[in-house]
Amino acid sequence: MQTVRRMELKADQLYKQKIIRGFCHLYDGQEACAAGIEAAIRPSDHLITAYRAHAFTYTRGVSVKKILAELTGRKGGVAKGKGGSMHMYAPHFYGGNGIVGAQVPLGAGIALACQYTGTDQVCVTLYGDGAANQGQIFETFNMAALWKLPVIFVCENNQYGMGTSVERAAASTDYYRRGDFIPGLRVDGMDVLCVREATRFAADHCRAGKGPILMELQTYRYHGHSMSDPGVSYRTREEIQEVRSKSDPISMLRDRMLGANMASADEFKELDSEIRKEVEEAAQFSTSDPEPPLDDLCNHIYHNDAPLDVRGTHPWSKLKSVS
Amino acid sequence: MATSLRCFLRSGQNAVSVVCRRGFQRSAPAGVQVTVRDALNQAMDEELERDERVFLMGEEVAQYDGAYKVSRGLWKKYGDKRVIDTPISEMGFAGIAVGSAMAGLRPICEFMTFNFSMQAIDQVINSAAKTCYMSAGLQPVPIVFRGPNGASAGVAAQHSQCFAAWYAHCPGLKVVSPWNSEDAKGLLKSAIRDDNPVVFLENELMYGVPFEMSEESQSKDFTVPIGKAKIERPGNHITLVSHSRYVGYCLDAAAVLAKEGVECEVINLRTIRPMDVESIEASVMKTNHLVTVEGGWPQFGVGAEICARIMEGPAFNYLDAPVTRVTGVDIPMPYAKILEENSLPQVKDIIFTVKKTLNV
Repeated sequence: MQTVRRMELKADQLYKQKIIRGFCHLYDGQEACAAGIEAAIRPSDHLITAYRAHAFTYTRGVSVKKILAELTGRKGGVAKGKGGSMHMYAPHFYGGNGIVGAQVPLGAGIALACQYTGTDQVCVTLYGDGAANQGQIFETFNMAALWKLPVIFVCENNQYGMGTSVERAAASTDYYRRGDFIPGLRVDGMDVLCVREATRFAADHCRAGKGPILMELQTYRYHGHSMSDPGVSYRTREEIQEVRSKSDPISMLRDRMLGANMASADEFKELDSEIRKEVEEAAQFSTSDPEPPLDDLCNHIYHNDAPLDVRGTHPWSKLKSVS
Repeated sequence: MATSLRCFLRSGQNAVSVVCRRGFQRSAPAGVQVTVRDALNQAMDEELERDERVFLMGEEVAQYDGAYKVSRGLWKKYGDKRVIDTPISEMGFAGIAVGSAMAGLRPICEFMTFNFSMQAIDQVINSAAKTCYMSAGLQPVPIVFRGPNGASAGVAAQHSQCFAAWYAHCPGLKVVSPWNSEDAKGLLKSAIRDDNPVVFLENELMYGVPFEMSEESQSKDFTVPIGKAKIERPGNHITLVSHSRYVGYCLDAAAVLAKEGVECEVINLRTIRPMDVESIEASVMKTNHLVTVEGGWPQFGVGAEICARIMEGPAFNYLDAPVTRVTGVDIPMPYAKILEENSLPQVKDIIFTVKKTLNV
């Protein structure tokens, strides 16, 4: 969680320095969700989420270095600089998806593949409170329940879909109930242990062949929707401050561990400083690594295909694409 | 006589061999008559058998045997796991199909017609087409989207649109448009074996049309390469380029024009994207004249793209006349038979355009 926190804050810094461009949706405040879920599933399980994806990219095994380098658009980025913030992939991690809600049917499809090949793997499919009103999600609920697909639908309810609060967007804000015929849990998404235990329960449910299940994680994001949103026109600074001081996921876990004598303050300090170093080095790499070479421009259009010619901006510009 | 002659021409046999077969006792040809529907069915059957990861999903594909009976018998043979009936949820099931491809399966996602693919077009473009590129090759999407495309008969405006231009516009997709049974079978097998998202545009009016299929094309390993056009009829005076049903119309027009001494070279595109422009250029450099024929609307269409490419390439200097497009009329498809007939290219329109181009 601490690594994710530091990584996201570093991304904030790099964005303000204009080294990261375009969209940058930060996850700080929501760390318990990503960390708790990963703690309860196996590397052989699958996970897909929307665009607020840096944390999951990390928890699914990509280094901070490769994540930051992708954000800064360098060739050492996880997608060689071709994808950016919203399009990072890893084994059993299917992004990073830019179109709100589109990842939900994809996630059910991944679960279909798990069922089809006879494994007991599950697919954790995340979406936000804003996406929860997308029609394709309800289409997916229907098919997942009908075919008993091993999907754990997770609604990360951080109270705001961009600038629209849940009360202004949803006739029913009981997101855990909106799966209708799919059993739903409401979970404290600021408590990493809660998230872990709920996910464990959900995964067992799916692995037992009982079909899909839905979890609503009640969480909060400190940043605005993205780096272009200061995040205070539709909510108060007091509200943000209150969550930070009373429900910060990292502080809560740290206090718990200190209180139960599971770790000492010094150990935390040391951990913090290691993480700081890791993130700093990653940032260094992400600003010094070169941008992708121009002859990579047209590559990877197709997979496993013969090289093809690609038209450039004018007919005399004949570019080449290899798989 | 005229109508039966037209029937034979449209089914791809030339008039001469038909007359011979009637007049003389000959041994049975090695080829066999197969409808486009059966060719598609064979392709899917063979690929389902060959690779466990291949499966078919769509509305009515299983127990109904397919809305147009293209998947007849497959559910009976392969069962619920390999042939899946979906609810009427295009966006949802197209997304599920794409997700299953990302996780390693090889789905064939059927749209009952491509008109309904508009419901799901985001999944085709943003989830399927672009992902290999966005992931720098980490995440391939081996999926086939297939179904009938373009005009049918009397189904009116919302059910008659041609999507060749829409899908062929997008990098990351392959777009295939078969005409006859050999095309249908060979290209569908190639599409299923391709590791990339392929949009496979069939034609409902062609499903029932029989064509002779060679012995070679009856082999389980017979494929037709994606990205290569075929010269269906060689000629020296003018090049006709078309795809799908209108290849047949071009051949009909060519037969009529041949009697007046005009020899048309008819090219069957087979693949819209990536387009085999080299074959068109080579032909134009020989004939010096080009007419494109398609069922879709003119603006920003397949013919428009061919015109642009010819102008930008070496073949331009060989043209003795501007390239002309024969297309569907630029209107939503009407219902009444006489209106519908006059909304689509007819053989006489092709003949007229050829003569105008050649100034004869």
